Amino acid sequence: MVRHKSMQAFGEALANAETQLEIIQNRCTLPPFDETYQSIGEGPLTATGIEVFQVNVGKLCNQVCRHCHVDAGPDRREIMSRETMQLCLEALAKTDVPKVDITGGAPEMNPNFRWFVSEVKKLGRHVMVRSNLTILLAKGYEDLPEFFAAHGVEVISSLPHYTATNTDKQRGEGVFERSIEAIRRLNHLGYGQEESGLILNLVYNPVGAFLPPNQAGLEADYKRVLNVEYGVQFNHLYTITNMPIGRFLDYLIASGNYESYMQRLVSLFNPAAARNVMCRTTLSIGWDGTLYDCDFNQMLELKVGFGAPMHIKDFDFAQLRTRRIVTKQHCYGCTAGAGSSCGGAIA
Amino acid sequence: METYYNPADLAKFASVGEGNKKLMDKFFSWYNEVFAAGALSEREKALIALAVAHAVQCPYCIDAYTQSSLEKGATLEQMTEAIHVAAAIRGGASLVHGVQMKNVYQKLSM
Ligand code: SF4
Ligand code: SF4
Repeated sequence: MVRHKSMQAFGEALANAETQLEIIQNRCTLPPFDETYQSIGEGPLTATGIEVFQVNVGKLCNQVCRHCHVDAGPDRREIMSRETMQLCLEALAKTDVPKVDITGGAPEMNPNFRWFVSEVKKLGRHVMVRSNLTILLAKGYEDLPEFFAAHGVEVISSLPHYTATNTDKQRGEGVFERSIEAIRRLNHLGYGQEESGLILNLVYNPVGAFLPPNQAGLEADYKRVLNVEYGVQFNHLYTITNMPIGRFLDYLIASGNYESYMQRLVSLFNPAAARNVMCRTTLSIGWDGTLYDCDFNQMLELKVGFGAPMHIKDFDFAQLRTRRIVTKQHCYGCTAGAGSSCGGAIA
Repeated sequence: METYYNPADLAKFASVGEGNKKLMDKFFSWYNEVFAAGALSEREKALIALAVAHAVQCPYCIDAYTQSSLEKGATLEQMTEAIHVAAAIRGGASLVHGVQMKNVYQKLSM
């Protein structure tokens, strides 16, 4: 049931961004996202600034989760080089962008990960790392919690559910137990404890073709169960909608849920969520330095458009902070219900 | 294969209002208020609805409230317990009418 390699390793058609786009754009008759967005009366979707550099440092991962939009896995070789990281740092230094959100794959598996984190810290920016938790127990990575604490890194980790069954179904056998052990280690250093200033946020995403529940209510459930049953703590829970791309798209199609899932996203279009989609304040940088509006567009290989510079080496803050966003039908995933972003619900 | 129930019909529920919009609007405004959080949480209400859907054996409601229970954060374990509650009440309700049967039996028997 759980994969051991990416779709790419098996040469599956859906590993290809073009094939995914073809399906998203043409497989069911939904109103075009652009038109729906413009119905809220603010013209086309446009960035309002850049508050976050989201840097995807590679597709290599120690896990192969069933819903992964990146199609990450142990077989993936796309990795950001130190030279490209240097370009990111140079671009960052020219701006007052306060946050750098490092993602992957398992970003920690990039050999230059630690160097990059400390260089960003030297520039006085806040660092967030999307850690999958299990990597913190892997050989050669056991001292990462100390490294995170020493650099004041905010850790954001997927834990799709507070029960082992649901988490393991999506992320692999034994992932829940190892995740709890990793949280314990982070807690031990002060992570997730109110007074320490070390932030550990968890991420819920539905284990299937349905939308996430109310974020605040679910956070209370997570806190109660994780504390009572496992004695572990965290700061906030973010609920994230599964985007119809990558391996989740594969699942949707194989399970016969694709059309109804898309229709549901469209029927729950929420103008308040649409006004706050994360691409309005985020710039996403790919492993090879290519610029995207978000990590989802990155996986669909939809580069920034409308005349904005497409590579970090041509970084132009003034142009990028007001760029028009490239949208396709998957964008409905960000605007349904309470909305979804890398920081959870948005409306 | 033709059947009386087609999953796609669930989405056409509102079309039942075509014969009398006013009554249907009243129904939906009441219905939506029933399911809003109040003294019971939205999740508790979704689980009750799921259980009742099984008691009345409505496939549309089973479809809708399985999805709704999941989207309100219910687990498979909670949903399964909810339908056992419905089943226990159904079974119990049949059995408790055995008292009626016994009353009649006693009246008719020597
Ligand atoms: S979802 Fe995250 S942890 Fe899972 S395979 Fe993808 S990148 Fe790795
Ligand atoms: S998918 Fe990306 S581009 Fe589309 S609305 Fe979401 S964040 Fe913006």
